[in-house]
Amino acid sequence: MKLPDAEQLCEQLAAELRPRLTPSSAMIGLYTGGAWLAERLHALLGLATPLGLMDIAFYRDDYHAQGLHHDPKRTKIAFDVNGRELLLVDDVLYTGRTVRAAMNELFDYGRPASIALVVLADRGGRELPICAQYCGARLDVPSGMRLRLKREANGKLALALEPSRAA
Amino acid sequence: MRLAIKNARIIDPASGRDGVGDLHVADGKISEEHARPDRVIDAKGLVAAPGFIDLSARLREPGFEYKATLESELEAALAGGVTSLACPPDTDPPLDEPGLVDMLRRRAKALSRARVYPLGALTVKLEGERLTEMAQLAEAGCVAFSQANAPLANTQVLWRALQYAATFGFPVWLRPQDAWLAKDGVAHEGELATRLGLPGIPPFAETIALATMLELVRATGARVHFCRLSTAGAVELMRAARREGLPVSCDVAIHHLHLCDMDLGYFDSNCRLEPPLRSARDRDALARGLEEQIIDCACSDHTPIDDDGKHLPFAEAEPGATGLELLLPLTLKWGEARKLPLAKTLARITCNAAQVLGVSSGRLAAGAPADVAIFDPKAPLRVVPEMLKSQGKHTPFAGHELAGRVRYTLVAGNVVYEA
Amino acid sequence: MQRNPQLNAQGELQHLLSIEGLPREILGQILDTAESFVGVTEREVKKVPLLRGKSVFNLFFEPSTRTRTTFEIAAKRLSADVINLNIALSSQTKGESLLDTVANLSAMQADIFVVRHASSGAPFLIARHVKPHEHVVNAGDGRHAHPTQGLLDLYTIRHYKKDFSRLTVAIIGDVLHSRVARSLIQGLTTLGAPQVRVIAPQTLLPSGVEALGVKVFHDMRAGLRDCDVVVMLRLQNERMKGAMLPSAQEYFKNYGLTAEKLALAREDAIVMHPGPMNRGVEIDSSVADGPHSVILPQVTFGIAVRMAVMSIVAG
Repeated sequence: MKLPDAEQLCEQLAAELRPRLTPSSAMIGLYTGGAWLAERLHALLGLATPLGLMDIAFYRDDYHAQGLHHDPKRTKIAFDVNGRELLLVDDVLYTGRTVRAAMNELFDYGRPASIALVVLADRGGRELPICAQYCGARLDVPSGMRLRLKREANGKLALALEPSRAA
Repeated sequence: MRLAIKNARIIDPASGRDGVGDLHVADGKISEEHARPDRVIDAKGLVAAPGFIDLSARLREPGFEYKATLESELEAALAGGVTSLACPPDTDPPLDEPGLVDMLRRRAKALSRARVYPLGALTVKLEGERLTEMAQLAEAGCVAFSQANAPLANTQVLWRALQYAATFGFPVWLRPQDAWLAKDGVAHEGELATRLGLPGIPPFAETIALATMLELVRATGARVHFCRLSTAGAVELMRAARREGLPVSCDVAIHHLHLCDMDLGYFDSNCRLEPPLRSARDRDALARGLEEQIIDCACSDHTPIDDDGKHLPFAEAEPGATGLELLLPLTLKWGEARKLPLAKTLARITCNAAQVLGVSSGRLAAGAPADVAIFDPKAPLRVVPEMLKSQGKHTPFAGHELAGRVRYTLVAGNVVYEA
Repeated sequence: MQRNPQLNAQGELQHLLSIEGLPREILGQILDTAESFVGVTEREVKKVPLLRGKSVFNLFFEPSTRTRTTFEIAAKRLSADVINLNIALSSQTKGESLLDTVANLSAMQADIFVVRHASSGAPFLIARHVKPHEHVVNAGDGRHAHPTQGLLDLYTIRHYKKDFSRLTVAIIGDVLHSRVARSLIQGLTTLGAPQVRVIAPQTLLPSGVEALGVKVFHDMRAGLRDCDVVVMLRLQNERMKGAMLPSAQEYFKNYGLTAEKLALAREDAIVMHPGPMNRGVEIDSSVADGPHSVILPQVTFGIAVRMAVMSIVAG
């Protein structure tokens, strides 16, 4: 399966987002892949509000089955989310559960004016009624495979396909 | 009733006899006559030895029948090849009145199982203040006087008690432990107690008390048997006392020959014992002291305790362990580790103990009481608490693989146990 | 030796009973997770849904309002239901055994038992008898261990000193009776602190304390020299009644922390205390409230550390 170039998708997403930005726009990336992508987009768009980073470990719905993930990152949102137009950034949209958890966590910070979802790739397989407003590419990935973003030593982003650990 | 035990390896530690042969029993005694027996036991491959004498086994009567009864514990004794046992006076009420002793003796006799030798309380209610009526207790059947594990902090009372006992020639059995130094302690004072945060009992709680007691033996001439030594220092004091010729003897509990404080692991209340399990160095000194006969005997210090008494945090758990059925295998394990011939090993639970107790059993000479244990020293024995006959199921040896199974036990020529 | 009863067959934390025997990685995991929870406790909504629907039973067989409260807050911030049982005043006096109490609560669908008990090892006994899905967190047992306090101390030290590899830590006072000291010493040695000192008179040190990996000082001035971290232990008043110490005055003179003595430690030394403090007995107010003191941040971190512990064992 031929994967699209992540760097190119990134530029494309930035171009798509730029005209929609308002003074109250702010961006939050989800660890780990979404944070890398958000760092890139945040710089490309030159947003004034600091980039927010979020680890949804404490909001996951599989805690009872999987336990707490090792080494959760600290969520850092250095701005008031109340009334913001938030761009929530993740690398790959799959079941939608991560986004559900992220929205729950966000609401514990306040009441944003709106939340839009930005993803590099949508691989299908949704289990919740969630869709991305900004999507780099739509790919059909078989269920035994895992699509994820990687950051190479030189900082370049690339999509990778690998057998999922559970399979 | 005549009985012949054929083809056994006959071991009589008292005489040093060790060889395959036949053993004859007539009228409850070992006999040299070979008249036609009523019953023949083929003991090929088995050892026939004097029945074991346990210097400390708690039968829990009177007062603690919910923990164990005479029936259950004497059954356990026979299953362990124990034909005579001394029971400490820490019953409820303590054995401080002739009536109580008399009743215990009668009950035991009526069961016609192992021979029970009660130790009388040295002080009333074991409170360490007033002397008991030792002469009357002796008449009722007490073979010696003891405080069991109850403290006797007042050295003047101890002095008087030894003087009084010496007057009548009664032996006194004492466990040396300084009551103040041992106060609140539950484990050997050392690295492990420090790590686990358990209040410690320093080894000098034993040696200081023992030194005091030895001095009082010198002063009074009392015959004293020291119970359950636990420290290397105490072994050395006993070595010197023996060299000096003092009228003293001593024993060690079977647990202390094999275990040390490290076996407490994560607060294993089965290892909550009195005295506490001490360091590996102490354990080794005890094992060596028993080999060198500085220590005369090993005993089970059998203490049946119910689950309620043990399913508690370590310090709150009742001290003690079940042991009657483990006396043989654990003594054999000790002998094997010391590379001793079987006769020498068995002396610690037969003739040596008979001497301390002042009884004529513990040997296989003609005319001696026909108390005999017939056992397979090599038969493997996995310690499964549920399979013990004793009502006490708690032992630090649960799950251990030992060797030595009793096949027949004879008391006064009667086969009272067969497996 | 048996398997460490705190870990399951996969080597994951099942109960938190003691810091002793826990691998470095698990200590690191707890401290890292706690750091994320510190972020949560700084938010407007200080609550995450992690333990929603779970029940935490605070089983305090020995009264302690402070510790119980921090566990209660931690559990509530994880969205758990919290039930406080002050057993010292209820069933035990009616003769119910420890294990009966636990079995009863277990029948009420407990998930986590937070246990405080006056007897060393009590939480181990409980952990041996609970069902596989139930978890035990030791909130202090006798003189043995107080692992969450030890962890919050480690967290505080890491927060201010970044790493443990060059630290000199002095623990001062009643080490003999202190579960806090034991847990902290075990944590520091596991995380590689090169020098842990204990400073106390002989009567307040357990025998063979060196075997825990500490250096013993009887002279406080010598012991404080070049320390990065100074941990004061609480001295219970009842120690003055027996033969442990002659008087509070004499103790303070020799082992109380004053600004003048603290000046012997490093300039950037931090001063910690597990609380509650006895001002004028083990610590002078000018030090307790002074610039080196991190005693209040310890309390804040304590909640995050307890959140981390509960969410890791229950996961």
